[in-house]
Amino acid sequence: MAEKVLKKGNEVIALGAIHCGCDGYFGYPITPQSEVMETLMEEKPWETTGMVVLQAESEIASVNMVYGGACCGKKVMTSSSSPGLSLMCEGLSYLAGSELPCVLVNVVRGGPGLGTIQPSQGDYFQAVKGGGHGDYKIIVLAPFSAQEMYDFVGTGFDLAFQYRMPVMILTDGMIGQMMEKVELRPQQPRLSDNEIAKRYGSWATTGKTPDRKGNTVTSLALDPKVHETLNHRLQAKYREIEEKEVRFETLYCKDAEYLLVAYGSMARICESTVESARAQGLKVGLLRPITLFPFPVKEIQRLMPQLKGILSVELSTGQMVEDIRLSVEGKIPVDFYGRLGGVIPTPEEVLEVCMSHYIK
Amino acid sequence: MDLKDIIKPENLVYKRTKVLTDNVMHYCPGCSHGTVHKLIAEVIEEMDIQDKTIGISPVGCAVFAYNYMHIDWQQAAHGRAPALATATKRLYPDKYIFTYQGDGDLASIGTAEIMHACNRGENIVVIFINNAIYGMTGGQMAPTTLLGMVTSTTPYGRQADINGYPLKITELIAQLEGTCYVTRQSVQNAAAARKTKKAIRKAFENSKQMKGTSFVEVVSSCSSGWKLTPTQANEWMEENMFPFYPLGDLKDI
Amino acid sequence: MALKGAIVVDTEKCKGCSVCVVNCPTKTIALTKEVNSKGYNYAYMAEPQTCTGCTNCATVCPDTCITVYRVKI
Repeated sequence: MAEKVLKKGNEVIALGAIHCGCDGYFGYPITPQSEVMETLMEEKPWETTGMVVLQAESEIASVNMVYGGACCGKKVMTSSSSPGLSLMCEGLSYLAGSELPCVLVNVVRGGPGLGTIQPSQGDYFQAVKGGGHGDYKIIVLAPFSAQEMYDFVGTGFDLAFQYRMPVMILTDGMIGQMMEKVELRPQQPRLSDNEIAKRYGSWATTGKTPDRKGNTVTSLALDPKVHETLNHRLQAKYREIEEKEVRFETLYCKDAEYLLVAYGSMARICESTVESARAQGLKVGLLRPITLFPFPVKEIQRLMPQLKGILSVELSTGQMVEDIRLSVEGKIPVDFYGRLGGVIPTPEEVLEVCMSHYIK
Repeated sequence: MDLKDIIKPENLVYKRTKVLTDNVMHYCPGCSHGTVHKLIAEVIEEMDIQDKTIGISPVGCAVFAYNYMHIDWQQAAHGRAPALATATKRLYPDKYIFTYQGDGDLASIGTAEIMHACNRGENIVVIFINNAIYGMTGGQMAPTTLLGMVTSTTPYGRQADINGYPLKITELIAQLEGTCYVTRQSVQNAAAARKTKKAIRKAFENSKQMKGTSFVEVVSSCSSGWKLTPTQANEWMEENMFPFYPLGDLKDI
Repeated sequence: MALKGAIVVDTEKCKGCSVCVVNCPTKTIALTKEVNSKGYNYAYMAEPQTCTGCTNCATVCPDTCITVYRVKI
């Protein structure tokens, strides 16, 4: 029987990191995610798995420590919240440009600016559309439970190393602070330095052995052709990811006439909304994107012929709704409902909005 | 004695280290970067640590340092090399990690990273090239630009009331508990270059012994930025830079 | 016992910076009138008989393009 614990989402991010064989965590305190590093410091994984945990002087330093660790072919990660992620965006662009694997967790709070420490989904654009400079994408996973917070650290590293790119876990204070039952996985061993050199020695800075040339990890490509080729290669990788890595869940979508689309904490609310709608005989379904990039465009397009409309429910002023609109290409109405400032809409509130659009 | 009798393998007393690549350096004629690169490469060869050394290049003229040494390299965002080095050394404690940074990179945009890496006593080597100007971007004022010095952003000379004072960051670094060796050297003549090489060697040895951070400043010339010939630049450096940035060890524990 | 030396310059790598010229204690080195493919006048032994093989030139050469040989006579 797997061990089960009752813990906060943020705490199990830390446990997920240790258990999947993460090599290093580098972070800086910020509400509402400080429990990630606090839990790691309490767990002292350097005494068990050998994992390095370091409190950096800033988010800028954290993400660049992640860059250095990722250059080494090690499984490294950081976590932060919105203002911290803004500081990390330079590093994120470099990580993407240098094709480095890593996991970043953004426990989103409300913005712009210092904003609020309450939950928000206002960083969707930053996560999915770039954030940093240049033409790049990162894989964005949106957990909606503490269990997924735990699981997605390992999933994130798998994807990060498979595609050699950063993976972000985009969550919010609601999921991060919520205590839930989580089933733990067995401890995965960390890779030895020799295993890393064997697996990633073709690109990682593991030390230049006589049998190979020196490796350089850089995002600099001043030669126009080299730079263009690099970017085309990145784009080809993103297209492959759009084909292969889309993850989502559906609820009552088979016969749905009206579709709610929500991720993370809002998907939890919308689950109850859909249950209430169904109890009233309303054919409402829920699509929960688990990957925000790649976005479940095809699934939305597949459902489109049966739908009268779609409602995007977000803790923002409307960000994911733009991707839904791009997906439906103007063919059906796409509405939006969102709350701000940490106000979590009730399932009934969402149902009311849903009905006002659905039953016209 | 005929030249061909002297130029024989058995009479060889100095040759280019194999740790350097064959690439012609992109640096301007006379640039100190090339000399310092060579000294680092020679230390790596002498210590036989080529397979254990990871260099971290900055943003600035030395961004392409990775083209010139047969070792593994990471190229950092502007000023962040000490953060990369921190993680790399902690994840590979038995390897030798050095950052190579200019004055803009280390003493301006990267001030936080260098201060905290040194304060934590990361067991890394920091090579700091101080030529008091931004070379790569075309000769703008650096944090270490001397008062009165003309640059493209101080065309009438650096003035304290407008631009603040030149930053003696090495003196600040020497105050930090985490540093074990802080020195200021130069490479304009053979004696100076040999001393700098000894300093770099000591820094790498310290890293092996996990003594803390070793910080080697090399007061350097930038003939293009200073608008002088290479030899004039070296003379100008001795006359103007050395009085403000005096050479020698600031700390050696 | 006297020391007799000689240098070999990688003329294509030399950028004619003259740092070796001013660092040569025996004034052996000068720059050529000819230029290499990059347009630089390059270092050469103008007074080969004076070279002692002290390696100062090679030590200060930023482009590491000087090889030094030395014999004891």
